[in-house]
Amino acid sequence: MTNGWIDMKNTDMMLIMGGNPAENHPCGFKWPIEAKRARNAKMIVVDPRFTRTAVVADQFLQIRAGTDIAFLGGLISYALQNNRINKEYVVNYTNAAFVVKEGFKLPEDGLYSGFDPATQVYNKSTWNYEEGGNLTGKAAAGATMMAAAMHAGAHPAMVVAAAATAAAKPGAPPPPPMLPPNVAYDLSLEHPRSVYQLLKKHYSRYTPEMVERITGIPKEQFLKAADLFTSIRKDGDTKKVGTIIYAVGWTQHTFGTQIIRTAAMLQLLLGNVGRAGGGVNALRGHANIQGATDMAGVFDILPGYLKVPVPNDKDFDTYINRITPKAAKPKEWDSFNYWSNTPRFAVSLLKAMYGDAASKENGWAFHYLPKVDRRYSVTDIWDDMYRGKVKGIFAFGMNGVAIGPNSKKNIEALKKADWLVVCELFPDETSSFWESPGITAEDQKKINTTVYRLPGAGFAEKDGTFVNSARWLQWKNAALPPPGEAKLDQEILARIFLKIRELYQKEGGKFPDAILKAAWSYTNPNNPSLVEVAKEINGKALADVTDEKTQTTIKAGQQLPGFGFLRDDGSTSGGNWLYCGSWPEAGPLMQRRGTEDPSGLGIYPNWGWSWPMNRRVMYNRASCDVSGKPWDPSRKQVWWNEAAGKWVGNDVPDFKPDSKPQDHMGPFIMNPEGVGRLFVPLGFVADGPFPEHYEPFESPIANPLHPYQSTNPVVKKFKTAMDKYGTPAEGYNVVCTTYRLTEHYHYWTKNNPMNVQLVPEPFVEIPEELAREKGINGGDKVRVTSARAEYIAKAMVTKRIRPMKIDGKTTYQIGIPIHWGYRGIVEEEGKTAKDLANELSPTVIDPNAHTPEFKGFLVKLEKA
Amino acid sequence: MTERRTLQTEQISGHPGPVPGMGMQRNLEVCKLIDATTCIGCKACEVACVEWNDLPFQPTTFDNTYQTMPETNWNYWNLIKFREHQREDGTLMWLMRKDQCMHCADPGCLAACPADGAIVKYANGIVDFHQENCIGCEFCVSGCPFNIPKFNPATKKVYKCTLCSDRVGQGLEPACIKACPTGCLHFGTKEDMKMLAETRAKQLRDVSGFKDAGVYDPESIGGTHVIYVLHDAKNPELYSGLPKDPSIPFAYKAWKSIFKPLGLIGATLGFVGVVFHYVFEGPKREQPEVPPPKPEPPAGRKEL
Amino acid sequence: MEVSRRTFFKAGLLGGVGLTVFGFDAAPLLAQTQGLKISRTTETRSTCPYCSVSCGVIIHTIGDKAKNVTPQVVHVEGDPDHPINRGTLCPKGSSLQQDIMNERRLTKPQVRRPGSTKWEDISWDQAISDIARLVKKTRDDTFIATDSEGRTVNRLESIAFTGGCTDTNEFNFLVVKTMRSLGLTYIENQARV
Repeated sequence: MTNGWIDMKNTDMMLIMGGNPAENHPCGFKWPIEAKRARNAKMIVVDPRFTRTAVVADQFLQIRAGTDIAFLGGLISYALQNNRINKEYVVNYTNAAFVVKEGFKLPEDGLYSGFDPATQVYNKSTWNYEEGGNLTGKAAAGATMMAAAMHAGAHPAMVVAAAATAAAKPGAPPPPPMLPPNVAYDLSLEHPRSVYQLLKKHYSRYTPEMVERITGIPKEQFLKAADLFTSIRKDGDTKKVGTIIYAVGWTQHTFGTQIIRTAAMLQLLLGNVGRAGGGVNALRGHANIQGATDMAGVFDILPGYLKVPVPNDKDFDTYINRITPKAAKPKEWDSFNYWSNTPRFAVSLLKAMYGDAASKENGWAFHYLPKVDRRYSVTDIWDDMYRGKVKGIFAFGMNGVAIGPNSKKNIEALKKADWLVVCELFPDETSSFWESPGITAEDQKKINTTVYRLPGAGFAEKDGTFVNSARWLQWKNAALPPPGEAKLDQEILARIFLKIRELYQKEGGKFPDAILKAAWSYTNPNNPSLVEVAKEINGKALADVTDEKTQTTIKAGQQLPGFGFLRDDGSTSGGNWLYCGSWPEAGPLMQRRGTEDPSGLGIYPNWGWSWPMNRRVMYNRASCDVSGKPWDPSRKQVWWNEAAGKWVGNDVPDFKPDSKPQDHMGPFIMNPEGVGRLFVPLGFVADGPFPEHYEPFESPIANPLHPYQSTNPVVKKFKTAMDKYGTPAEGYNVVCTTYRLTEHYHYWTKNNPMNVQLVPEPFVEIPEELAREKGINGGDKVRVTSARAEYIAKAMVTKRIRPMKIDGKTTYQIGIPIHWGYRGIVEEEGKTAKDLANELSPTVIDPNAHTPEFKGFLVKLEKA
Repeated sequence: MTERRTLQTEQISGHPGPVPGMGMQRNLEVCKLIDATTCIGCKACEVACVEWNDLPFQPTTFDNTYQTMPETNWNYWNLIKFREHQREDGTLMWLMRKDQCMHCADPGCLAACPADGAIVKYANGIVDFHQENCIGCEFCVSGCPFNIPKFNPATKKVYKCTLCSDRVGQGLEPACIKACPTGCLHFGTKEDMKMLAETRAKQLRDVSGFKDAGVYDPESIGGTHVIYVLHDAKNPELYSGLPKDPSIPFAYKAWKSIFKPLGLIGATLGFVGVVFHYVFEGPKREQPEVPPPKPEPPAGRKEL
Repeated sequence: MEVSRRTFFKAGLLGGVGLTVFGFDAAPLLAQTQGLKISRTTETRSTCPYCSVSCGVIIHTIGDKAKNVTPQVVHVEGDPDHPINRGTLCPKGSSLQQDIMNERRLTKPQVRRPGSTKWEDISWDQAISDIARLVKKTRDDTFIATDSEGRTVNRLESIAFTGGCTDTNEFNFLVVKTMRSLGLTYIENQARV
């Protein structure tokens, strides 16, 4: 989230889409309700089903799963055409005025410039800004250039791309294109190649009629919602504020990242980012997956979102040069470019990981880190295991078989693995894969996988930190010891690691250096105290460190008060720069329980600790106009104090504190441009600088925008015999979406009698009309079949999902809650078919975030 | 526990004469406000109730609805009732109503109950069952206009929501109130809750376009200590059959106003006779326990 | 006794009839409410392990932390001080007591051997030695120090680590430290999906 849970009470307008917070985040949902009650805020809910969130909406729109970009693109177009934007914000805080390079082509035919059909990737060299200066008022010249480019159609771009590909020799790739340091711009926004004009042109195709054809939302309903959402900018109003709230309903698509980008762009155009009651707010689904991402539980980053090393990074300096961005902006503007501090973050991380073994001489032990040059996402794990390449797997709290996608493939994959180590609280599907339904005792004898099932500790038995959706770090206390022989997870991991280290010490082996040198100076090495680890993550001074400006010195051995003190000379260590400041010398700030909220905005500055540096709303400089005054004085986040010569506020300013408004430093300090990106240059996203609507990989129709490029051209699919995909021609013509219920939590609460009592059995939600057509009554067993598998459960026949007209054709959607499997109370009582919902879902993933398409795949439905 | 009464009794079922200690302590009337227009049917209140009261689980079966079970039960005192409702303009409403004891000002259950001390009403408005005094006759079941008290065949006693009298008596809010994620449940004095409810109903009428929004606090039974805000207060039946004008069966009113005093006189005379017999003749060695009669509930309850 | 009762009844006959008419003592009706089940429990502040709202919870355990008591959780309730949930909990948070005290919990390390049709109990020491041995063998068999172009990559593609959603930050840092040091590229988490 850019903002926070409580902050939602400050809003005037809510768009809740791709998320169902009433069911999945009920206690956070009190704050949207509070906004309705206390501010008369309006709520628009867009979902494939009339959910329990829709119950309290002012307007509900039923959308076809996977068509969110079409809807949001329509909103962007509506806002631009009806002047429902914050112009000052757009010109000064986004890259709307930046001029894009010649040769860049919009995807009228479904493809941006630079697509290579052979490799199915884009050459992104034309996805860049033009070098130059202030082109304001020089639009005419630009127009000529643009016209020339347009005249040549798609060709110039293709030529550029082809040339770039041809130039690339193995072993000597060309240097990656860079952002120009001095960006050309046109503050009148009239330059035909300005981001603003390109954006307008791009989304002019998303007419209300087109939105209706794609999404199934009738034009009148769409226009009503568009008018309502953008009404906060009616008649030049800049005081009101709107928020967008989403969850995995947006991420679990083959274009998930781009859906979220569309929302972010809409919010930038309306000037809603950085403000109390605004922002783009991801409701993360689990207690600590925000923390897991921050802490690089995923393959493509290191802690604090540092990029992972690649094989071409021959040494630390090459690596750090590659990953440290240089400012790229109009010459007259300023850019903080906070990532220019990357070297300090990276060196401190390596010092935390390898201690004394990381020195300037050995490049901070850079080669202890594995180099990654391809995708290693969770879906790839199962694919590579199925292909026999992954031999062993640790599953510490992730039930990979149940999570899927295509669960049966994951079971087949595990049969081929040598070993599986599961650490869990309850018997789960993954550890029991070898005794899953359909596997006989005879079959089991042929499965040679060794499976260890280790009893771990539940939340109440562990201390340590969780990070919530609002980036709050909160420490929790252990209430009791784990039951029986169960152990704390950190003890299990530490003992396994130390045993491996012992083997390498005694016997040697392949590249033992990193294993032997990993810093492990915990008081109890076999069971590291999480207090010690939390302090290690915060970071400490290894030698005296002095801040020049304030002349504050942190003595060697002391905890660092903030990431400003991190150094790239080896004098500091810190496991995650984002968390630096969470545990300073004074003590753990994430344990604070201060309940005061002086501003009344729900900031609670003394409760827990929020990254970065306890800022509760990110990019809050943008809550003020160019001169540094809040857009709405009644909801002040931060402001420029002329007398003090610095930014002050109710929240911690997310900005260079002494940067005068006249310096025109951009509020989006993590971008080298300093401004928000309506257009994403170069390779930051894989599938295009502006989001374009592509159909879900399995779709009932061809994309009305460009039928011959229906799906995302850079989508990632898999190729084994078990990776099957269905088409309407084969009879798969019902759109299926999967989700959680408020009564259950993933695959845990099926072990919990109370929750089982609330919702005892799996079911499939089916529109009344479809049920009638198929002769299905509520409670009848139905069979849902995808190209991968079939799923049997009882039918819930409901008015809450209605038939839709998609591109003129009646289309049905159904929904399946994911919570059941083959281990659990009712499963073991023999009351269910023991199917997993994710046996149905396809192995096809988003090219940016690598998230599978759990929403909006195709199935058949019949009475079982 | 201190000598101070945690909750002051105001009415006692089957009890003749004055209520002991009545009027000896000041007591505010409490009230639970249920704003059905912000209920999201999450069932946190159901769980909080079962958890706080340590009620045993029972198997449930899928019944083409999100509703946990058809009705409240002796071990399930708080149930969200779900109903899909299509409005005239074609839009859909999914109405959710928390069903539980309404803690009536004039409790039909208490009026119906013949067992002394089985049902009490406290001065703060809570109506509580004391199973140790319950004779299992189920008159309360038929006396209730909301179909709330439920009989447990194993213990032969009747159970229902206590409004967490144990918590309230110790200064805590009821468990369901505390859990409610959206704040659609609220707890306070009756006066405050009525004001809150009216304010919210006005907002719904003025801002949200629900012209018939209003408060449900049925006068026909003297008001309740559980009140609702409804989108459509003119049609409470839409909310899974919330009765428009609930009333106590005539027989029980009659029992209370006519038969009970008469019976009391008879009983008193009988008792006087017993006492005289005891004083002048001495105690009887054995007194076999006569099982209490278990009459059928009076006909007509279902229509209410 | 009998005499005194007779005397009492004789003396108080007329006055007493009205009050004790049905023979019940009214006193218990006044001390009516049952005791509060959490009045003497130990309270521990924690965070709900389910969604990312991260509601504050209070875990009530029996016992005052005396040495001779193994704590058991009798109740879990929302933490009213927590600024986000302010004491509220959803239907999952409200049933956390059963998540903790659950007879289905795994309590012993177990192994399923190749070709076996059953779980066997195993000691922790044995399990950890076995696992370390498996990791070393797989790693030594498949470790890639340099790629086909001769570049140093020091990676291990044959072992994967998948982490859960309630792993703490501190645990996750230990995962990065240990697993990256082993050379793992397949480090993934529930956060991906």
